Amino acid sequence: MSNANASPPAGAESCGACQCHGFCDGKGLAVFKESSWTSNPVAVQTLGICPTLAVTTRLENSLVMGIAMIFVCVGSSLMLSLLRHTTPRRIRLIASVAIIATFVILIDQFLKAFYWEMSRQLGPYVGLIITNCIVLGRAEAFAMQNKPQLAVVDAAAAAIGFAGILAVVGTVRELLGEGTLLGFTVLDPQWYTKNLVMVLAPGAFVVMGFLIAFFNWFQDRSAMLTKGER
Amino acid sequence: MNETPSLVAILVTAALTNNILLAKFLGMCSFLSCSRQISTALGLGVAVTFVLTGTIMVNHLVYHYLLVPLGIEHLMLIIFIAVIAGCVQFVEMFIERFSPRLYYALGIFLPLITVNCAILGAALFMVIDEYSFWETLAFGFGSGIGWMLAIVLLAGLRKRMGYSDPPKPFRGVAITMIVTGIMALAFMGFAGMGQ
Repeated sequence: MSNANASPPAGAESCGACQCHGFCDGKGLAVFKESSWTSNPVAVQTLGICPTLAVTTRLENSLVMGIAMIFVCVGSSLMLSLLRHTTPRRIRLIASVAIIATFVILIDQFLKAFYWEMSRQLGPYVGLIITNCIVLGRAEAFAMQNKPQLAVVDAAAAAIGFAGILAVVGTVRELLGEGTLLGFTVLDPQWYTKNLVMVLAPGAFVVMGFLIAFFNWFQDRSAMLTKGER
Repeated sequence: MNETPSLVAILVTAALTNNILLAKFLGMCSFLSCSRQISTALGLGVAVTFVLTGTIMVNHLVYHYLLVPLGIEHLMLIIFIAVIAGCVQFVEMFIERFSPRLYYALGIFLPLITVNCAILGAALFMVIDEYSFWETLAFGFGSGIGWMLAIVLLAGLRKRMGYSDPPKPFRGVAITMIVTGIMALAFMGFAGMGQ
């Protein structure tokens, strides 16, 4: 995060013209880009790896998990940011865990009530959002110090960055592992042999490894390009 | 596997076939960050085994004798977290008082473990799989041992990897991930043993 903070001018400049000026002090776009792409929670900071690997056997599961994560992250960041002046510093950790747990229980009960089959497939991983470092990380690092509007933007960005990675990994694994996308056959089983390893645990690790390598390569390259221009 | 599996089978399955880290992906954060040295990995592994076995038993009792009779299973998550945090705090104080040497070895890892998702995840799997008390004990201990095995093995591999020369983008976490994948593949070879 520190190296990302070292280069705010570019983001800040482009944000002078952004539409959300005033609503979030014109910092909205810079914060969004920073949290969702430049310091992507999964690929760059390697936080919240567990669900990224566990629920991405199919694209559908990944999307539902992403949505659950966005809900919890935005909700708890908003609450914590609203309460940031009234929360005593000494109990802030326990307060954040309690608030996050409340939102997780909400989404968990919602899935159990309306999408039982999906809830069964995701198993304990919805509940494990509580211990997901992304939510607590955003809450501690950002929501505690910033206005509610900005905290919501930041939380949404981090959660969308997470959901995006989940969707990519889910797509790759379902496509290569089962030849389908969202249950529709894409790769014809007549000429495509299903690669079962992709659906199993090792596939998840390997896909994730390549994805992180891609992020490293891409950011190295863009860093080199901007250096060259200057 | 329709019959109730024996305790040994549960223990072996939890430690090898269904390894909590390599098959269920729990506890990845500390797995990646604390696996640079074998001694650190071993310390953390022992601490996780210890805390996991202890808290899963307390959580089992709390779930079956408190939450179910009161009909408040939906509060399971928050209560489990509270139990885990409380237990870790208690154990920390206890060890500090009675065995300073053990405290010195495990002390720094204990607070870290509170937020380790392996601990909470194991408790949730315990509820989903409807284990009895002794099965829970076997499952918890097996999961802890499995986690320790995985992190110590990875620490050894990473030490060797220090001498190799992967392409630049792969350095660090990326190559560790891929190595973990290969390790998971090896652990899947144990699958025949469970039956």
